[in-house]
Amino acid sequence: MKWAGLGSGAWAELCRRAPPLRSSTFRLALLYVFLLGVSVSILLGFIYWSTAGYMDRQATATIDAEIRGLAEQYHQRGLNGLTTLIAKQVALDPKGSSVYLLVDDKLERILGNLDRWPSELPDAEGWMRFRLRERGPDQTEEHEARAQVFLLRGGLRLLVGRDVRDLEATRALIINALSWGLAITAAMALLGSWLMSASLVRRLEAINQTSWEIMEGDLSRRIRLNGSGDDFDQLAISLNRMLERIETLMTGVRQVSDNIAHDLRTPLTRMRNKLEILGAELPDAGAARTLGEEALADTDEMLATFNALLRIARIESGSRRAAFAPLNLTELVGDVAELYEPVASEREQRLEYRAFGPAWIVGDRDLLFQALTNLVDNAIKYTHSRGDITLSVGSDGLRARVVVADNGPGIPSRLRELVFRRFFRGDGSRSTPGNGLGLSLVHAVAQLHHATIDLSDNQPGLRVTLSFGLGKAAIDGRVTPRRS
Amino acid sequence: MRILLIEDDRKLADYLRKALVEVGFAVDHLVDGREGLLTAASLDYDILIVDRMLPGLDGLGIVRTLRAAGNRTPVLFLSALGEVDDRVQGLQAGGDDYLIKPFAFSELHARLEALLRRGAADAPETRLRVADLEMDLLKREVIRAGTPIQLQPREFRLLEYLMRHAGQVVTRTMLLEQVWDYRFDPQTNIIDVHISRLRGKIDRDFDPSLLQTVRGAGYLLGVP
Repeated sequence: MKWAGLGSGAWAELCRRAPPLRSSTFRLALLYVFLLGVSVSILLGFIYWSTAGYMDRQATATIDAEIRGLAEQYHQRGLNGLTTLIAKQVALDPKGSSVYLLVDDKLERILGNLDRWPSELPDAEGWMRFRLRERGPDQTEEHEARAQVFLLRGGLRLLVGRDVRDLEATRALIINALSWGLAITAAMALLGSWLMSASLVRRLEAINQTSWEIMEGDLSRRIRLNGSGDDFDQLAISLNRMLERIETLMTGVRQVSDNIAHDLRTPLTRMRNKLEILGAELPDAGAARTLGEEALADTDEMLATFNALLRIARIESGSRRAAFAPLNLTELVGDVAELYEPVASEREQRLEYRAFGPAWIVGDRDLLFQALTNLVDNAIKYTHSRGDITLSVGSDGLRARVVVADNGPGIPSRLRELVFRRFFRGDGSRSTPGNGLGLSLVHAVAQLHHATIDLSDNQPGLRVTLSFGLGKAAIDGRVTPRRS
Repeated sequence: MRILLIEDDRKLADYLRKALVEVGFAVDHLVDGREGLLTAASLDYDILIVDRMLPGLDGLGIVRTLRAAGNRTPVLFLSALGEVDDRVQGLQAGGDDYLIKPFAFSELHARLEALLRRGAADAPETRLRVADLEMDLLKREVIRAGTPIQLQPREFRLLEYLMRHAGQVVTRTMLLEQVWDYRFDPQTNIIDVHISRLRGKIDRDFDPSLLQTVRGAGYLLGVP
């Protein structure tokens, strides 16, 4: 289990960006592209329908006019007039766009510029569509023709039509143009919406990231405005105002509790001093002396709690980074091990110290020492006698790690998130001395150092891993210990 | 021993004066910083207890001026400013010790004694001696009643500090700061364990016991 926002590792894991395909802005953009596509299709469809339809009607009208001319001839001069006119027309333009064919009742060609009667059947209104085969010098071309069919007296049939190849070509041209138009529109819309959603995602991401940083504990962070005054800026301004308000309230609450701790500390110290003087006045043995000493111990305990609270508050305010200096964690952990070894051996526990090379980080050595002693102290306190406690430290070139592992009862996974809260005490720890602030302090120190804390199961026992970013000093090779 | 106390919190000053007189000091008390500087410069005190924030002239200013004028009187700063920076500032200005308010009187007392002793013995010593316990700082050897005693390096430093302050109460915080070189609050009395280990080596087989526990304050090395 990682701790939210403790350091860059957990950070990166937690704030892994939503893939752009899943972002709502991109989905919105896709919807927009779809709707645009539909409306452009409708528009282009209308353009197609009106242009192609117009040409279609033109063709039909031309055929109609021709038929009217032929019908006039037929009525005035009978069949002879009709054939003369058709022959004249065919002779005038044998390969023209007009098509004529007169057949007898056996569909044998009598006259016209068509070889034979087409096999297609006319529709109810006598219109017929068929393929016109034209023999060229080296190949046969086929194009569409349209014709009207009439039944004449004596079983004769007349076909009057037109080669509509131009119409077909124009239609293809229009379809081609319109398809390209549609494709380009779709591509532009897609690109535009991608760009737009990318910029939206970027701005939302900025807000998101700031939120993470705030959750990390840095309440002073604010969302950056881009100065355009747009609705995102407005949103950012509102959120920033809200954050301002929250920060004021939080600081207020924190200040109140700090002030309580601070103000009570002074009279408590005075009381402690008086108890001390009083104790010296009391006879060496007896109930009064015992009571006095107990009262002194109680006062010390209260003072320790207040001091711990104030220290955590001070660490959390971040002002203690002033004392940061390059330090070798390995040395520090070695000192902790050395300091606690007698305590462990007094409880017949084995405290093992394992160092895997130097681990230089930048930090506050006193605070780190305090945090590590709190962890070791807990390990010793909660592990049964004859238990094993292992302190290991080392770096893998990227991060420095300190592991405090024991084979005690451990912490159930459901409680692992709670133990860093102030005054939290597990069921098993109520009977042991302590103020429930030890791990809160460890947490605050880790946060100050941008370190991650990981609590895991040591099977059995607890395994606490502190992971630090390596100090600049380690990278530069310029190493100067702060204190001699 | 004469102490000049420059402190503007009258309640605290009254209490401190009473308590210090009780343990055998002669105490002068002043509230104003400038007045304090003049008095400290013109009269001969054994130790100065100076508050950091004072009316007139602040504590850092007083000590800087005194040090610039060649006055070497030991100075203990008292301050509510408890950050590492504040402490470093105080020590850089010429202070010899720094105690953060609020503090236990026993802590102040122990530190005053340590400062007075330091003033007395400035010459580097090579041998320390308390009763029949001897320490050779050059050979890193400890002998009690003619018997050599093997000590771990840290135990040696612990004993050295106790011997340098023989006859004085030394608090746990002082030991953590001076012997372990860390400023922190141990959750358990780890120092007690180290002391009892040391006691096992230097006291168990000998008489009398030299390393004593002072209830509510700390430890004392000396002939009871």
